[in-house]
Amino acid sequence: MKFTVKSTVAACALMASAGMSWADCGIESGSVRILSNDFSALHAVSEWAAKCANGSVEVTSNATAEHKNIQVPALTTNPATYTVAVVASNSIIPLLTDDLIRPLDEYVAKWGGQLQENQLIRINGKIMAIAFMANAQHLFYRDDILAENGIEVPTTFDELFAAADKLRAAGLMDSPITSAYKPGWDLAAEFVNAYLGTGNEFFVPGSAELAIDNADGMKVLETMKQMTTYMGTDWATYDTNSIKPIWEAGDAALSISWGSRAGAYIGADNPSPEIAAHTSFAASPTVGSTPGGALWWDGFTIAKNISDEDAEASFRAMMNGVSAEMMAENTDMAVWLIGGYEPAKAASGVIANVNGGARPYPMEPYMGLLHTALGNNLIEYLQGSESAEQAMADISSAYTTAAKEAGYLN
Amino acid sequence: MPHKTFLAFIWPSLLAMVLFIAVPIISVAYQSLFIEHEKVLISTENCGPFGCKTEVTLDVDAMRQLRQDQPMGRYNGLNTYTNSTHLAFSDINEIFRSSANFDEIRDRIMNLPFYKALIFTLSYTFIVAPLVIVVGFVIAVVVNSLPQMMKGPVIFFSLLPMIVTPLVGALVLYWMIDSRGIIGAGLQSLFGDPNLSLKASPTLTWVTLFVYGVWHNAPFSFVVFYAGLQTVPADTLESAMVDGANRWERIRFVTVPYLLPLATFIALMQLMDNFRVFEPIIGFSAAASATSLSYLIYNDLRASDSPLFGSAAATSMLTIVGVIILLLPVLRRNWREFNRKT
Repeated sequence: MKFTVKSTVAACALMASAGMSWADCGIESGSVRILSNDFSALHAVSEWAAKCANGSVEVTSNATAEHKNIQVPALTTNPATYTVAVVASNSIIPLLTDDLIRPLDEYVAKWGGQLQENQLIRINGKIMAIAFMANAQHLFYRDDILAENGIEVPTTFDELFAAADKLRAAGLMDSPITSAYKPGWDLAAEFVNAYLGTGNEFFVPGSAELAIDNADGMKVLETMKQMTTYMGTDWATYDTNSIKPIWEAGDAALSISWGSRAGAYIGADNPSPEIAAHTSFAASPTVGSTPGGALWWDGFTIAKNISDEDAEASFRAMMNGVSAEMMAENTDMAVWLIGGYEPAKAASGVIANVNGGARPYPMEPYMGLLHTALGNNLIEYLQGSESAEQAMADISSAYTTAAKEAGYLN
Repeated sequence: MPHKTFLAFIWPSLLAMVLFIAVPIISVAYQSLFIEHEKVLISTENCGPFGCKTEVTLDVDAMRQLRQDQPMGRYNGLNTYTNSTHLAFSDINEIFRSSANFDEIRDRIMNLPFYKALIFTLSYTFIVAPLVIVVGFVIAVVVNSLPQMMKGPVIFFSLLPMIVTPLVGALVLYWMIDSRGIIGAGLQSLFGDPNLSLKASPTLTWVTLFVYGVWHNAPFSFVVFYAGLQTVPADTLESAMVDGANRWERIRFVTVPYLLPLATFIALMQLMDNFRVFEPIIGFSAAASATSLSYLIYNDLRASDSPLFGSAAATSMLTIVGVIILLLPVLRRNWREFNRKT
């Protein structure tokens, strides 16, 4: 009798949730709590992981742009507030250095049959994260305007500036280029991108000592300064969000932005369909030999301070989250690293970067300190109030002070 | 009042002050004396979607042991206070030693992050605070002379800038001064300069932040002055009128002296508040041209992947010292008046 009542309740609950597709992930019990950044591809992954929820498996998710700031405290508590932290190339570092995530080798062997070798992030031989999408900044261009003016798609910064000059000379637009040059994270990312393209290293190999004060570093600074002369007067406030409306208004023909945004630039719901139809993507222009756009991955990690039962449930739910079925529904949202992915137009820029031999964003634990130092100390040089040498000295001083405090340098 | 009664009344507030003010300040002060452990680094082979690479990573097991032994980190004394991102004593020595003239010394010191932030913070404080007092007083006098039926709506609208959340207010103005926004585009056509941008030039950014500061803070001083105006003795004003004082003279010789203690109070609050200026810098994306001490703290804690607690704590302590120095003259004056009365 009792059993009947229970199953009736379960059946009612099932009927109530009818319409929601039902995935049987085979998880017996456990709690899955996902913390992730806030963009559509990650929403899709969390949504598919949530399909594993049933009477005994609870799945919740928190998608927030603040994820980087809450992940360390949230995973430090025991039990951790979240069982799954969705991270990127840089945000996994604090979790690794604070020893907050667990190796996944055992889970991959048991339930990771769907994964491809290149999805496994191995740190010192152990699988610490499962990557499911790639991202990079690359060139966005208006194919119609470039074709009308007889301009080839630029592959170097010199060609990019020549193209912009040509558009200016033709009287088409005053500031043909846009890029996220807001001081802080965005501006630093531009330096990192261009510097990676030179093939040079940021640090003296094997140590935290800074090594960017060289001819390549200077070349990158000069290139960045030249970039600003082709952008609108408000360039020092441009971030990834603010350059999109400029593009949609038709005020720019060349832009450097994120691959994860490409889908929205050409999507059917774009407010300027005629511009969206003529937006194309190519590899980042380069200062040296390879495309100047760092390659990033987004993936998931499993917290250390949780029960093995929850960890297992989390891994299996995330396997559903990054399944080929999820990808089939969301092909255009990202450059998926999942097996069977067939790139759409929106992915062409990131793939061009990969094929061009672009380098991944460095994963040294002190890279974040350099990124911050770059973000705070480039702007005065770019605005013309100090020399490139002074900017380099400021970056070096800010980085060294921070690295000493963090214990990486003496 | 007997001491016992006084104590009975004051202890709840004292307790709250100790718990929520003194204890956090002491913990921050203690934190500022420490830096993180020296990191044990190892070379490892790391692999990902874009290939394998030998990289430096942290020896997590060795670090765990270190942290367990000394959870606070390494004792660093006052070195965090004197390093290049704070008071920068050695950098300043070097600047004095190697600079040719005063201008160069000034420029180079102003390039150090702490002093750059300090100079903006002080400029903001000393420009915004007096303007807030003056503007608030003028609004209060004007509103006070309005016909009764108009007072309500006018007071409501005058208070709006204070009701709006600071960050939201800053963002609204930020979009309006964009070169495509109503104010930005209006100024461009007014001056006939299509390249005029309030966001691009450091000077105009400073001016924008000052204007925002006055806009946001004036209602506070208006409310205080307006309340004070209701208590200005009518008979003194009338006798001044009988003596032939015009409106300006009545304000100058009756109202202003009467409201002066209120002005001291507002100055005190404004100095404290404005010294902590922060939201407008974020709201206006103004970090390119203006940073404040609070912004430095935020930057240490939030910009990096792993926060620099020691550095942020040191800047916090220096901010507290700054506030104390700023308030000393006002507090000393209050103390003297208090002593005179008793």
